[in-house]
Amino acid sequence: MLGIVRRKVCAKGLPVTVPGETLRFFRPVVHALRNYSSAAKELTVREALNSALDEEMSADPKVFLMGEEVGEYQGAYKISKGLLDKYGPDRVLDTPITEAGFTGIGVGAAYYGLKPVVEFMTFNFSMQAIDHIINSAAKSNYMSAGQINVPIVFRGPNGAAAGVGAQHSQCYAAWYASCPGLKVLSPYSSEDARGLLKAAIRDPDPVVFLENELLYGESFPVSAEALDSSFCLPIGKAKIEREGKDVTITAFSKMVGHALKAADILAKDGISAEVINLRSIRPLDRATINASVRKTNRLVTVEEGFPQHGVGAEICTSVVEESFGYLDAPVERIAGADVPMPYAANLERMAVPQVEDIVRAAKRACYRSVPLAAAA
Amino acid sequence: MALVSRSSSAAAALLRPLSSAAANVSGIRHVTTDTTPITIETSVPFTAHNCEPPSRSVSTTTAELLTFFRQMSLMRRMEIAADSLYKSKLIRGFCHLYDGQEAVAVGMEAAITKSDCIITAYRDHCTFLCRGGTLLEVFAELMGRQAGCSKGKGGSMHFYRKKAGFYGGHGIVGAQVPLGCGLAFAQKYSKDETVTFALYGDGAANQGQLFEALNISALWDLPAILVCENNHYGMGTAEWRAAKSPAYYKRGDYVPGLKVDGMDALAVKQACKFAKEHALKNGPLILEMDTYRYHGHSMSDPGSTYRTRDEISGIRQERDPIERVRKLLLSLDVANEKELKDIEKEVRKEVDEAIAQAKESPMPEPSELFTNIYVKGLGAEAFGADRKEVRVILP
Repeated sequence: MLGIVRRKVCAKGLPVTVPGETLRFFRPVVHALRNYSSAAKELTVREALNSALDEEMSADPKVFLMGEEVGEYQGAYKISKGLLDKYGPDRVLDTPITEAGFTGIGVGAAYYGLKPVVEFMTFNFSMQAIDHIINSAAKSNYMSAGQINVPIVFRGPNGAAAGVGAQHSQCYAAWYASCPGLKVLSPYSSEDARGLLKAAIRDPDPVVFLENELLYGESFPVSAEALDSSFCLPIGKAKIEREGKDVTITAFSKMVGHALKAADILAKDGISAEVINLRSIRPLDRATINASVRKTNRLVTVEEGFPQHGVGAEICTSVVEESFGYLDAPVERIAGADVPMPYAANLERMAVPQVEDIVRAAKRACYRSVPLAAAA
Repeated sequence: MALVSRSSSAAAALLRPLSSAAANVSGIRHVTTDTTPITIETSVPFTAHNCEPPSRSVSTTTAELLTFFRQMSLMRRMEIAADSLYKSKLIRGFCHLYDGQEAVAVGMEAAITKSDCIITAYRDHCTFLCRGGTLLEVFAELMGRQAGCSKGKGGSMHFYRKKAGFYGGHGIVGAQVPLGCGLAFAQKYSKDETVTFALYGDGAANQGQLFEALNISALWDLPAILVCENNHYGMGTAEWRAAKSPAYYKRGDYVPGLKVDGMDALAVKQACKFAKEHALKNGPLILEMDTYRYHGHSMSDPGSTYRTRDEISGIRQERDPIERVRKLLLSLDVANEKELKDIEKEVRKEVDEAIAQAKESPMPEPSELFTNIYVKGLGAEAFGADRKEVRVILP
C-alpha cells in the first residue's frame, strides 16, 4: 500500500488517469470531502492488481508473469511495477512481440504444472494467440479426460480506451465467455480486481481476466478484509452493487460505474434501480440475475462490446427461459454500437454506451419516457 | 546395409554359445541377447548446421536391437490393424497412421527417460505406445470407449500420458511446438535437468509460431529440441511446393540443426542423445528426421495421387526401418529368420487380443459428456442441446 491517494483528473468530461505520480486535486463535484475512517483505505485498480500479483507470486513459487514490457518497463500500464526487482528475471519475463509464440509457451508451461500469468498488452492482441487460448488451454482438460489441466491466467486491458481507434478497442467478453473450459472474469472496483485476480491465479483452470485501461487509475475504498493476503472472491458470483426494487441493471467492468451513475439519476425520478456487477462472465451468475429480475420485474443489460451475440443477449435469454412470467416489460439491451470504433471524439462517444443511454432504457422498461410529475 | 563393428571388449560376444543345447519340447530356440555394448555405424552420416555432428558409430546392445525390432513390429501391426478398424467404421473421424516412421519413435525413446517430455501433433499413436501406453488404451480410444487413454473423449488426435512425459496429441498444425517450448521452459524453471522434444512435420515447419517459439527458446536458453519428422508431404503437398527452403534442419538460422536418417533407429537414437546433451547446455536445437509414411496423410487420403506407387514401394524395399533392424539382427546372429517371424506372430496376436478387449469396453456413460470441462466446476451450470431437458451442475 502506497498510502498515496491518486485522484482522477477530469478534462472535458473524459477521465484521464495520471499514473506514477503523486497528485492532489480537488474534484470539482458536489461530494468533495471523503470521510477517512481508519478502516476505509483507498486503492486504485492498478494498485489492487499489482498487490494481487505480488502476493500470489510471493505465496506460490510456481506463479510467474510473462508478457510484453512487464519487466524492465514496469508494465505498459504499470500494473507489474516493482515485480521484476522483487522476483527477478526468471519469474518476470519480458517477451518479444510474438503473441502466438509466447502464449503457446505459457500454456505449455501450465501443462507441466507451473502457474503462468500471461499478459496481453490489450486483448485485441490476444486474437493472434486465440488458438492457444481456446484449443490448447480451454479444451485440454476435457480432451485428456482430466490428465492435463491448465492453471493459466490470461490478463490485460479489454474494451475501449480513449481515442485508440478500431483495432485497439474491441471487447472480447462475449467471444471468450462462449467457450466451455474457460473461466472469464471482469472486475470493476479495486476490491474486485484484487479478489478476482487472486482467485484466478489460484484456480486450476484457464482464466481470461478482462481488465479495463480507463479503470486502472480509479480509486475505490477497500476493506481491511480485502487488503489481507488471503483475500479471494468467489468465481461465478455476481455482486449486487446497489439494491433496488424497480428495475435490474446488469453490467461489468467500466459499465458498472455508468450503471451506478444512471441509478443515481433514476432515483431522482423515483425509479429504484438494482445494479448487478457481474464480476464473472463465465460462469455467469444466472441465479443472482434471475432472483433480481423476479424482484424488480424489469431488466436492462449493459455492456461495452458489440451487441450481436453479446453478453446481454445471453442474460436476456436466461431471464426469458427462467423468469418469463416475472417480466413486466421486454428486456432492454444497451451495448456498444454495431460499428468498428471510430476515432473522432464525437463519433466515439456515440459508439460506446453513455449514462444517459442506460437511463433512457431503464425508463423505457418502466414505461416512463417522460419524468413523473409528482411522487405517488 | 549397416557396417557392423565390434569393440574388442565385446569379443566375448563372438563366442556366444548356441542355446539350441537347451532346446525345449516345442523346439523353439530362445533368442540370445545381452547387454554387452556393441557399436554399429549408421547408414548415412549426419549433416550438421552450426554445430559439430555426432559420430556415426552408435553404441547399442543386442538386447536393445531386439527391443527395437519388437516395438517397431508392434507399432506396424497396430497401425495396420487401425486401418482395418477404420474401414469397418469402428474408428471415426480422423485417423493419421505412422507406419514407416516407427524408427523415430523408438530411437528417440531409447535416448531419453520418462522425465524428458515429448509432444507431437496428431500422428501420435506410436509415440504414445513408446511412452508406456498400452495397445488396449490405443484401440479403445480410437473406438471411443471407456478403456481409452482419454476415456473415449479425445479420439485419435488426443492421446496423452502425462506421468510418462507425453503431452499429446494435438490437432492444430504447429501449435504443439510453442507448447513444447513451454514444457522446456517449465523444466528449466523447475531445475529438472530434463529436455522436451517437440515433434512436427514438414507441413508444420513453415508455421510462424514455430519461429516465434524458437526465437524465445534461443533467447532464454530453453532445453527444447524441435524435431521435424520430414515425411516429405504435408497432406498432399510435396515439400518443395510448400517450402522455399526444405532444408528444415537449417531453418533455425542461429539455432543449430542436424539432419538424420529417420529410417535408422540407431541414427535417431544417436541424434536424440546428442540433442539432449546439447539442449541442456546450450539451448534449442533442430533435428530433421528424413522419414516416410506409407499411408496417406490420413485414412481419407489414399496417398497415391500426389506420389507414385513406385516411390512408396521403393522406400519399403530400400529403407524400411524394421527390415533394417531385421537384417542387423540376422547378421549379428542374435536371432534367425524363424525367431523373428515368431516375434511378428506374437505381436500380431497381442494386437488382435487388444482389439478384442477394446471392443468389449463400453462407450462412455452419458454423464461423461459433462465431466472434465473444468477441474473446479464451482457449481456452474452446463446445458445439453435442449437446455430445458438437460441441465447439469458442474461440481
